[in-house]
Amino acid sequence: MAKLTFRGGVHPYDGKDLSKDKPMKTIVPKGEMVYPLSQHIGAPAVPVVKKGDRVLAGQKIADAGGFVSAPIYATVSGTVKTIEPRRVVTGDMVNAVIIDNDGLFEEVEYIPHDPEKLNKKEIIDLIKEAGVVGMGGAGFPTHVKLSPKEPDKIEYVIANCAECEPYLTSDYRRMLEEPQKLIDGMKIILRLFDNAQGILAVEDNKQDCIELLTRLTAQESRITVMALKTKYPQGAERQLIYATTGREINSSMLPADAGCVVDNVDTIVAVYHAVAEGKPLMNRIVTVTGDAVNDPRNFYVRIGMNYHDLIEEAGGFKTEPEKVVSGGPMMGFALFDLNVPTTKTASALLCLTKDEVSALAPSPCINCGRCVEACPGRVVPRKLAVLAEHGDEEAFLANDGMECCECGCCSFVCPAKRQLTQSIKSMRKTLLGKKKKA
Amino acid sequence: MLKVSSNPHIRSKDTTSRIMQYVVIALLPATVFGVFNFGLNALLLVLVTVATTVLTEYIYDRCMKKKISIGDFSAVVTGLLLALNLPPKAPLWIGVIGGVFAIIVVKMLFGGLGQNFMNPALGARCFLIISFTSIMTNFDCDAYTGATPLAAIKAGEGAPGLLDMVIGQTAGTIGETSMIALLIGAAFLLAMKVIDLRVPGSYILSFVVFILLFSGRGLDPVYILSQLAGGGLMLGAFFMATDYVTRPITKNGQYVFGIFLGIMTGIFRIFGPSAEGVSYAIIIGNLLVPLIEKVTKPTAFGKKKTKKEAA
Repeated sequence: MAKLTFRGGVHPYDGKDLSKDKPMKTIVPKGEMVYPLSQHIGAPAVPVVKKGDRVLAGQKIADAGGFVSAPIYATVSGTVKTIEPRRVVTGDMVNAVIIDNDGLFEEVEYIPHDPEKLNKKEIIDLIKEAGVVGMGGAGFPTHVKLSPKEPDKIEYVIANCAECEPYLTSDYRRMLEEPQKLIDGMKIILRLFDNAQGILAVEDNKQDCIELLTRLTAQESRITVMALKTKYPQGAERQLIYATTGREINSSMLPADAGCVVDNVDTIVAVYHAVAEGKPLMNRIVTVTGDAVNDPRNFYVRIGMNYHDLIEEAGGFKTEPEKVVSGGPMMGFALFDLNVPTTKTASALLCLTKDEVSALAPSPCINCGRCVEACPGRVVPRKLAVLAEHGDEEAFLANDGMECCECGCCSFVCPAKRQLTQSIKSMRKTLLGKKKKA
Repeated sequence: MLKVSSNPHIRSKDTTSRIMQYVVIALLPATVFGVFNFGLNALLLVLVTVATTVLTEYIYDRCMKKKISIGDFSAVVTGLLLALNLPPKAPLWIGVIGGVFAIIVVKMLFGGLGQNFMNPALGARCFLIISFTSIMTNFDCDAYTGATPLAAIKAGEGAPGLLDMVIGQTAGTIGETSMIALLIGAAFLLAMKVIDLRVPGSYILSFVVFILLFSGRGLDPVYILSQLAGGGLMLGAFFMATDYVTRPITKNGQYVFGIFLGIMTGIFRIFGPSAEGVSYAIIIGNLLVPLIEKVTKPTAFGKKKTKKEAA
């Protein structure tokens, strides 16, 4: 069978060997915990605690600020120190609840459920109440994704197990160590969509996961494991839908328009925790890696922990890093300060001794066409970047500038080292902002 | 303080100068063959022309107080290509004039690398042909006298043997005669993924179809192979039509461009007064690139379906 894939894309050095064989390690947090009220797409959460309150781990500290929003839970026991703006990975200052960890880790009681006995509304309410959001990076509230207008028209629920970003191994470890939770989570989501098949889509550089999941789902008639060709950005939502179902959607459509729902591995496991165990979203797996840390690892982290502590747990810095990226090297955010909290969407902390990018001076475009070749959105990045730099909004839109998914392939391949993604991204941000206002 | 920048945070190893160096390497077999085939003057022409293009760009950058750009090797490529397009016995000052024209007029005045709208080497060659016609069309040399294979065929005279044409032991410009040497270089560029077959493939195929239909020779393999090997087609198709700057960036545009070149070359060779036509075909093609890019704008991912639904 031909390998499932898409047109375009790149093959960067994957760096996964650094951390792929290191099992998940639980870290015990100490000191203050920071919970930004905006860890998702949509309205910020609204605090339901005040300064001086004593809270338990698993207690709700902020409620959803609207339908497209998600509540936030304390992950340690302690006292609310204050509610004030704090710096987050994107560099913005975001209002956050700060809790002084008392080190006792007293937890609230969780009420487990038997998913088989719940109806659809109860399942969605549990997911919503648990504050589950897309943990692959976007942070879109999962209960919204799971409530399409016509649930009967959903034909595929796709688990995004591609993990196409170089260096990242958090999804890999999750699949290897807790595959049953992924499968059970998928079964819960499938209960919401009567006509849907579940697909576990894994890149073929993770053969062990493919074999393990295939074996465990042998008896599941509604779940198939699909091997995808290893290529970045195979895990991009639209490319993933295309590779697994052959359906194409553009930027103005939702996966539901193609009869699909796509969720990341960690998100599906969070759904399992929320429904079957009654536990809110409190943890995630973070890969701390790169050539600047002593002991690259995968950590089971309580949300709210400071990045400094993660680095310390990974043996500290081997050499002073020049660049630290939250997320993968293709789409992650570069941090100027490590003093930021782990949020629901933080998949990795990549510490590089050398920042190869800032050392490169862009030279004139020679029109080589590599960006066109690599672009999974099938636009002409060279042209869009020029239009963006000239501020020509009309032409930018006419040339399908909004179809860019900011995956970074164009900048990656550019021999002239031009900042194509950056230019296009800025223009898109401007235009999206205008659209929002209008 | 940590460094920040927009994503992506890693880059491929390819650079402009490395690509240009690959092109130089790929042209070496044809250059070396040309020098051995035609002798000392050919070698001197190559050296003088390359030195001229590089020096001209350097001096221009200095005078205009711009960053010195010769490190990208593009001037070397231009000089080498121009030299390979000169007759082996041409005086050295032809290379100097051509080199200066290519760099100053065709390349730098339009904004330097990436901004020129036609291939600098070809622009200069056509300028030289128009200005110094007798020198530029005199292919007499020690080894071979008389016409180039294509001119001989056109005049109805006996063409050289096919094997001689494929190996390159015929009259012609320094770098165009050896099909084998050029194909070795082309294979290298294809292997290094510097070029792909879209432009050269559609160029050569459409040219063959054109001469099949209009040459009046029908399916004559010897004639077709002579047309492929005997003139500047191989050099043009693999090394000049593929010039990034002056060919369309869109994939479909590259096919359109290649087919256009094939047809134009066929028209020039069969219906035109001259036996050659590659240089003019490519230059005219270069001028149409903005138009071709405009009409071959690719359909963005996921856009096709909506269009159909709307229709």
